[in-house]
Amino acid sequence: MNHLLRSLAPITDAGWSLLDEEARERLSGALAARKLVDFSGPHGWDHSGTNLGRTEPVDGTPCEGVVAAQRRVLPLVELRSEFTLSRDELSAGDRGAEDVDLETLDESARLIARAENVAVFHGFEPAGVVGITEASTQDSIQLSEDYDAYPGHVAKAVELLRRVGVAGPYGLALGTEGYTGVIESTEHGGYLVFDHLGKILDGPIVWAPGVRGAVVLSLRGGDFLFESGQDLSVGYDGHDADGVRLYLEESFSFRVATPEAAVALIA
Amino acid sequence: MGFDQYHEPPEELSAETRTFARLCTSLTEEAEAIGWYEQRLSIESDAEARAVMRDAQGEEFKHFSMDLEFLLRRTPVWREIAEGILFQAGDIVEHGEEAEEEATGSDADEPTPGDPSGSLGLGSLRGQV
Repeated sequence: MNHLLRSLAPITDAGWSLLDEEARERLSGALAARKLVDFSGPHGWDHSGTNLGRTEPVDGTPCEGVVAAQRRVLPLVELRSEFTLSRDELSAGDRGAEDVDLETLDESARLIARAENVAVFHGFEPAGVVGITEASTQDSIQLSEDYDAYPGHVAKAVELLRRVGVAGPYGLALGTEGYTGVIESTEHGGYLVFDHLGKILDGPIVWAPGVRGAVVLSLRGGDFLFESGQDLSVGYDGHDADGVRLYLEESFSFRVATPEAAVALIA
Repeated sequence: MGFDQYHEPPEELSAETRTFARLCTSLTEEAEAIGWYEQRLSIESDAEARAVMRDAQGEEFKHFSMDLEFLLRRTPVWREIAEGILFQAGDIVEHGEEAEEEATGSDADEPTPGDPSGSLGLGSLRGQV
């Protein structure tokens, strides 16, 4: 048994399978950052820091004639979202019910996916995470309220990336509102804005809950680095006669290696 | 050439299992060679001969490690147990027991299904939109 304490929960094997499958399905759609940045790991729950290969000077020395420096590492962040499931509903699932109420799990998955997206794209300063839009050295592009204009905005972003030697293919992360607007829009002549964007990017257009505006970034690799300690998992916290308290949890670090490899499009 | 690395009729084994068995045999042979060189080195007094044999034993260390890595890559549970034992300071037997329990859930009254780590196995989602 590991720190998730799953085998202590009053949940059957079938129940765990149901919960894991539901969580996997909800998360895989919403984890936008993982569709666009480099992913390494998982390196395990006991993995606490990312090697940056850099040092910082240390005041003083333990012995005259010796210079001291200290290694710099990027500590991993832990994200955790708790939820409670009804034991009656879990029992119904064991009996074969097809409509088990897992709404709290779904909401928890939505929240933690959003949190991961926000940390990667916009940063999480209290934990030392610098996001893609924060790190970008490119001029940001103002988005129009007219979705027909999006191909022009994205083409300009791609041009900015090419101009500094950042090769494609390129991807586009779109916040919820922008994504909906794009898939509903057609340009003059009936051409779908979504299809036009795909041709410009030569890469994916990703629904990215939590992203403000949009981000165009290179997918050539080596520019945006997500390091997973413990990948998203469902753990057990406790239970009473009515409910089981569970949580979704992960640990990760994120760093931008090439700040010029992304352009923020702001609403 | 014999085919005694197979314990079961080879024609009944899959190609993957035959490859696995060949590498297991290679692993054994490399371990034997390491042991042979260790014995020869312990009694050889000629320094030049010792240098040659030490170099040859180094090759066997490499071959053994490559065979082992191949087998671990093809056998996730073996790999997980090995990760709990190899390159760890402390009590080897204790690490072995813990790693086995962790990997197989043999200490749990009701083993948790799926990945014993509890991970949802999402990893990179590149290529999914």
